[in-house]
Amino acid sequence: MPNKTKTIRIFWTIVALTLICLIINFPKRLPININLGKIKWQHTFYRPDFNFKLGNQEFKKNLDLKFGLDLAGGASLVFNIDTSNIKKEDLEDGLAALKGNIEKRINLFGVSETNVQVIKQENQYRLKVDLPGIEDVSAAIDLIGTTAQLKFKGEVELPPEATSSATFNDVFSKDTGINGSHLKKASVTINPNNSEPEVSLEFNEEGSKLFAIATKEFLNKRIAILIDDYPVTSPPNVQTEIKDGKAVISGNFTTQSAKELAVQLNAGALPLSINLIQQSQIGATLGKDSINKGVFAGVVGLILVSFFMIGNYGKLGLIADIGLIIYGLITLALYRLIPITLTFPGIVGFILSVGMAVDSNILIFERMREETRKGKNWNNAMELGFGRAWDSIKDANACTIITGLILFNPFNWSFLNTSGMVRGFAVTLILGIAVGIFTGVFVTRNLLRVLAKEKKQK
Amino acid sequence: MNIMKFRPLLLIISSLLLISSLLSIIFWGFKPSIDFVGGAVWELNLPSNPDNSKITEIFTKNSIDKLTITKNDTKYHLEFKDINPDQKNVLTNEIKKIDQDYRELKFETLGATLGKELLRKTVMAVVLSSLFLLIFIGRRFKDFSFGASAILAMFHDTFILIGSFSIFGHFFGAELDSLFVTALLTTLSSSVHDTVVTFNRIRELKLQNLSLDWVNLANQAVTETLSRSINNSMTIVFMLLSLVVLGGSTTKWFATALLIGVICGTYSSTGVAIPLVLFFKKNRKKK
Repeated sequence: MPNKTKTIRIFWTIVALTLICLIINFPKRLPININLGKIKWQHTFYRPDFNFKLGNQEFKKNLDLKFGLDLAGGASLVFNIDTSNIKKEDLEDGLAALKGNIEKRINLFGVSETNVQVIKQENQYRLKVDLPGIEDVSAAIDLIGTTAQLKFKGEVELPPEATSSATFNDVFSKDTGINGSHLKKASVTINPNNSEPEVSLEFNEEGSKLFAIATKEFLNKRIAILIDDYPVTSPPNVQTEIKDGKAVISGNFTTQSAKELAVQLNAGALPLSINLIQQSQIGATLGKDSINKGVFAGVVGLILVSFFMIGNYGKLGLIADIGLIIYGLITLALYRLIPITLTFPGIVGFILSVGMAVDSNILIFERMREETRKGKNWNNAMELGFGRAWDSIKDANACTIITGLILFNPFNWSFLNTSGMVRGFAVTLILGIAVGIFTGVFVTRNLLRVLAKEKKQK
Repeated sequence: MNIMKFRPLLLIISSLLLISSLLSIIFWGFKPSIDFVGGAVWELNLPSNPDNSKITEIFTKNSIDKLTITKNDTKYHLEFKDINPDQKNVLTNEIKKIDQDYRELKFETLGATLGKELLRKTVMAVVLSSLFLLIFIGRRFKDFSFGASAILAMFHDTFILIGSFSIFGHFFGAELDSLFVTALLTTLSSSVHDTVVTFNRIRELKLQNLSLDWVNLANQAVTETLSRSINNSMTIVFMLLSLVVLGGSTTKWFATALLIGVICGTYSSTGVAIPLVLFFKKNRKKK
């Protein structure tokens, strides 16, 4: 039996944790009007945003919940794909690469759960891109870019008095005219002399010409490579004039960082050119009505479950319900912090984990009952109940986590799912199970120790 | 409570369920939704504002499946199974009969959003996780008959769920869509969860009475865990029933699928997994 002061300390830690989660889950704006006869109080609460600077690193965290296309709708863009410059046998590969690159480009900017689809209409290929949660369509177009977002910019010599306050964009302000459409491909190569990884660039005909001009102009200066106006690597120095359109970026790369850069550069270049032909706002694919009804049904179900727990286990059930509320707050806070894009399968994963969290409590309470029946006093029965049930809870939840992890595929194995709804389901399931074990066992146990024991002593 | 006495009955129930599932899958197959097979989108402007049923009639007459109609004023958004140009001509002529001034706004074919690849990879994931579960449960219980029984019970549940949707598809037009895949994954996870809890009790009792035979152990374990099993299923059934009754049309079949999955999962931990363990034990003794 742990000593009392420790239990009390844990209790307050739980209270503090709950409060922190409450703040994170706070709505962005919450106006409160209190009007009780003489007492009138009006105040609008705002959720504090997590914006702070540490050194020259800026941390920004948008705590809004993100919803997937099926729940929130979003922007839908249709592009015409220009297939006239590609050989027929390369078409399939080209389309797949285009789809992959667009997906990568979207992921780069942190929009997840997108839907990228190739549509064939007569002999014309189109690319349909659905972006969840984006209400501003023009922002979505900016995000994807009708032309490639990759830019090469040369270094400009600034007057000495300006250098101290110059920003990156001031220094690299001379556009070379080279963009992603000029880049044929980027790949990782190993330098034969020192066996260090490098990133090789290959330009197309027009790109080679522009690159030759640029390397002549910026010889012994630096050229910055930017995607969406952000430099992807520290600007390389031009060492020679390059006329054949084949360049190598070298310098402290690890195999991993070289690979990442190549992926980013390829994402900035598109194998087939596309142009926007249609943009529209789409509603939630599941239908607003279904979602509202589903949420209502979920709330009714939860209330029923809460009453069932209280009816069946009395005081214990009430404390389990409190545990469940804390559980809900923590998971919601995690969704906002990580952040996780909620889709319908994701919410199902969450509900399943709620079921399993309730199950942990039922397992424990049934065990406590058994021990009480055997004549143990209440405190001992409680501790024994938790101890005995822990074994089952551990094994059962471990099985669920195994399934969840394989569905989630954390190492991006190509023979398993790498995107989409199955992953959305798995990620909320795993999170829910982890939090459920914490609240179902640790939190409920300590709440019981503090709350239930104090009642007894009175 | 001597539940294991009813093992022959349980065997009959499970076999009946499995066989009818199998037969339905063989003879009736499934109704895959547009998510799986792709389809066509046709947007029409029909100024005479005809009733949806008139359009549905045309499509059923030409046996083109999976029609959904979304109407916005005189703008009709139709989604249906992919068709060839001849079929489209037939449809266009029929539509013309309803409305002289019809205007086509858009016609395009959509690829499947749930490709074969997603299905293949999901099956792969299920096979892989069964393997891991077999090893994990086998090791935790120091006995692979437990692992094998849990996995078989899990397949029992998923197979019945798939079969029941073949039956529902035949009689009530239930489709296999992306939500069904989610329900299937949920059933997989919850089935094993439930089974492991019951197994745990057997293990614990075995440690307390080493002399007790397996049938008696199983009976005692089932008796002791039954109230937990039922209480737990009740909480989930509450959630799902409210979804079936109150939820919208898109989620109704999904909730039904989950309901079947949960009920099967609860039944199979007692009715399938434990009898299987006993079966393995008995056969091993004979050798």
